[in-house]
Amino acid sequence: MRALRNAGLCVGAVIVGFTLLVAIFAPILATQDPFAQDLSRRLIVPFWMEGGSTNHLLGTDQLGRDYLARLIYGARISMLIGIMTVVTSGAIGVAMGVIGGFFGGRIDDMILFAITARLSIPLILVALAVVSLVGSSLTVVVMTLGLLLWDRFAVVARVSTMQIRTLDFVAAAWSAGCSRPRILLREVLPNILSPLAVVATLEMALAILLEAALSFLGLGVPPPLPSWGLMIAEAKDYMFFSPWVIMVPGLSLCALVFGINLLGDGLRDLLKTGRTT
Amino acid sequence: MLHLLIRRLAVAFLVCITVLTFAFALTRLSGDLAISIAGPSATAADIEVVRKAYGLDRPVVEQFFDWVGRAAVGDFGQSYFYKERVSKLIVDRLPVTMTLGLVGLGIALLVALPLGVVSALNEGRVIDRVISLVALLGQAMPSFWLGLILMVTLGLKLGWLPISGTGSWEHFVMPGIVLAFSAIPALMRLTRSGMIDAMNADYIRTARAKGLSRTSIVLKHAARNAAMPVVSIAAVQLGFMLGGSIVIETVFALHGVGFLAWESISKNDFPTVQAVVLMLAIIYTLLTLGADLLNALLDPRLRAQ
Amino acid sequence: MTALLEVADLHIGFGGLAAVRGASFTVNKGETHCLVGESGCGKSVTALAMMGLLPANAERRTAALRFDGQDIAGLSEREMSRLRGDRIAMIFQEPMTSLNPAYTVGSQMGEVYRRHRGGTRQAALDRAAELLERVRITSPGMRLGQFPHQLSGGLRQRVMIAMALMCEPELLIADEPTTALDVTVQAQILRLLADLQTELGLAILMITHDLGIVARTAHRVSVMYAGEIVETAPVFPLFAEPRHPYTRGLLSCVPVPGKVGRDEPLGSIRGTVPRIGPNFAGCAFRDRCDLARPDCSSPVVRHTLASEHSYLCQIAP
Repeated sequence: MRALRNAGLCVGAVIVGFTLLVAIFAPILATQDPFAQDLSRRLIVPFWMEGGSTNHLLGTDQLGRDYLARLIYGARISMLIGIMTVVTSGAIGVAMGVIGGFFGGRIDDMILFAITARLSIPLILVALAVVSLVGSSLTVVVMTLGLLLWDRFAVVARVSTMQIRTLDFVAAAWSAGCSRPRILLREVLPNILSPLAVVATLEMALAILLEAALSFLGLGVPPPLPSWGLMIAEAKDYMFFSPWVIMVPGLSLCALVFGINLLGDGLRDLLKTGRTT
Repeated sequence: MLHLLIRRLAVAFLVCITVLTFAFALTRLSGDLAISIAGPSATAADIEVVRKAYGLDRPVVEQFFDWVGRAAVGDFGQSYFYKERVSKLIVDRLPVTMTLGLVGLGIALLVALPLGVVSALNEGRVIDRVISLVALLGQAMPSFWLGLILMVTLGLKLGWLPISGTGSWEHFVMPGIVLAFSAIPALMRLTRSGMIDAMNADYIRTARAKGLSRTSIVLKHAARNAAMPVVSIAAVQLGFMLGGSIVIETVFALHGVGFLAWESISKNDFPTVQAVVLMLAIIYTLLTLGADLLNALLDPRLRAQ
Repeated sequence: MTALLEVADLHIGFGGLAAVRGASFTVNKGETHCLVGESGCGKSVTALAMMGLLPANAERRTAALRFDGQDIAGLSEREMSRLRGDRIAMIFQEPMTSLNPAYTVGSQMGEVYRRHRGGTRQAALDRAAELLERVRITSPGMRLGQFPHQLSGGLRQRVMIAMALMCEPELLIADEPTTALDVTVQAQILRLLADLQTELGLAILMITHDLGIVARTAHRVSVMYAGEIVETAPVFPLFAEPRHPYTRGLLSCVPVPGKVGRDEPLGSIRGTVPRIGPNFAGCAFRDRCDLARPDCSSPVVRHTLASEHSYLCQIAP
């Protein structure tokens, strides 16, 4: 069973690592221009289907753009959104959670209320409204998701800090006369990093899925950028005749999010067993 | 119990006030609403007319209190796009979204509870791992994409279910399945961990020592205690599903509140957007409140407080 | 005296760990047999094995496990569950957590009766009220409608006892029934168990680490150490003439006013119970024993004295 669990962790790490490499080296990997349209070569099927060509391994989309190249550049967008959102929301959430958990009392009540209020706000709806009102761009999507997805970071950081605060070494730091910011940064933060790493994977997966949903609804990453969600949206009119047009970006999204979740699950199990032994 | 209830109600009230402010601030994000409403081809004079007509020339604070005052009595103003009362629009479309949400939750519970229990009873075995893996895979599927896949397979290829619209109960099956997918992993995990905790509890050993049947031990003694956190999370998930229905209603062209929200967002119909945000937040708050009360009924220790 | 429960050569292992190694004992009808030992010596596991309630990762092997003449080692889970709660009942150490918090006392007591005897809900509740009265709980009617969290620890343990007695079992297995309770409540519960024994002719297998309880309740005593029964005897000879060095050590740990002077040190046993693997040979106590000899690492002899007194040690009587 342990082996199975580690296998999950490894598979997750391989998927995420692979996507990251693809994202970084996209200009080298993509042999075609993801933006070059050629209306005479529209909706060419992938190479393994009848009528496909090795020129366009995954075929072309409704505007004749190379699907593989778009897919490769799409990995960039997903990874960028995932990582940047986690950085933004992580910074907000951890700061709130640590402050609430560390100081307790009134401050903690306020933090807890902020979390409750945030949870009651419909996520996708508000994200859509913001992007629609401010105008769609990569930065706006990242900022919007970052400002919305901090709740789980705050919850976990708050609870972990509460547990850490009562431990001996923090008390020792207090009695050694360390200042509050110093204790927070040097004693508390390093010790709550591992549960936060698990949250980070979950939030990254969620951010990638949300970006895809926003782009699918036309209020995420603006065209002609090759976001996987946008690719599905653009292809959906053709899905009844050539289903592969939605399968290719959809399965990529699935695989990436699955990989991230496997990684998170593996980390969680690793941390759990690490704590008991 | 009463004390708890009052506290929870107070928090719920404060949350509503906060969301009210938030919803108002949200629509002011773009800077000048009058320009958005008038549209790209409007002249400066047109914009001035719009500004006057919608009262956007007043100070923001005045606009805010005007809105809060009306919202408090259920008046969310006139929709710019639909030319109807916003409250009527929402009331007309709420049944579709509620039906969708309940169908989704029903399917999710129907799948998640048995899987969670089976997983818990086989903790650490292959079947447990397989179930977690399948849940993880389900979690990884973008809902809109799953919706499209179902439309192609169940709708077009197999012809079992209608592809879009709201004509009959069959129209709710596919969107319900898609919506359920988002809630299944969380529900299943919680059922599993709750059942594992319960099955390891001392009172289960007592129940076994009493010679009770396996069925009675699992379903009566363990499940009752595992149910409490599941009730809470089910309410939360229903709230999320209603919020997430915006994507699914758009995919399946179900004319519910989500579809309304999407249309009003794309038409810059901000009174409707504000009202839907607020309404979904209130429903979510009521759902969690209801779950707490239900838990208090389920747990005699809470009931006594 | 006829034997109600007979156990011969019981072995219980958890993976590479031998928790019980060849334990044999009998519990006679109407008498109390105490299993005494330090925590971790295998006494609770032995009790669970009698009930067929061992955790799934435990392996049980036994030459004989007979209840009222019937071999119960080979019974299926379904057949075993017919015996449990009906003819063999058990009470546990933790009265605070052993009752299901979600159901009333009446419901939990009633279900065991209806499971084994059938009948209506009302009949089961009447029976439950009768037993609550029997365990000296006042206003049983009210208690039936209450939830466990509304009762004190002592009351809960009484409820557990009453619940165990619902179907008039012949054997009651009590696993540290008073450890979690206040001293005054402890005395009441022990008294109650003794009274019930005389009223109902109940046989009791009492698991405890407390020699005070042994002295007060036992007819026979088996001292367990590291999964073995190192000494077994009727209660008086055991206290008067303990033979095994471990038994002596245990007894010297208990202060007896008048016997031990104020300034005299109390006895103690150095070290802790060792973890025993499956291929362990010799006496498990030898590393802690003051009388250890070289031959203690070879297989140990069981010496039998008169009056059903036997012990497991190289040192002859």
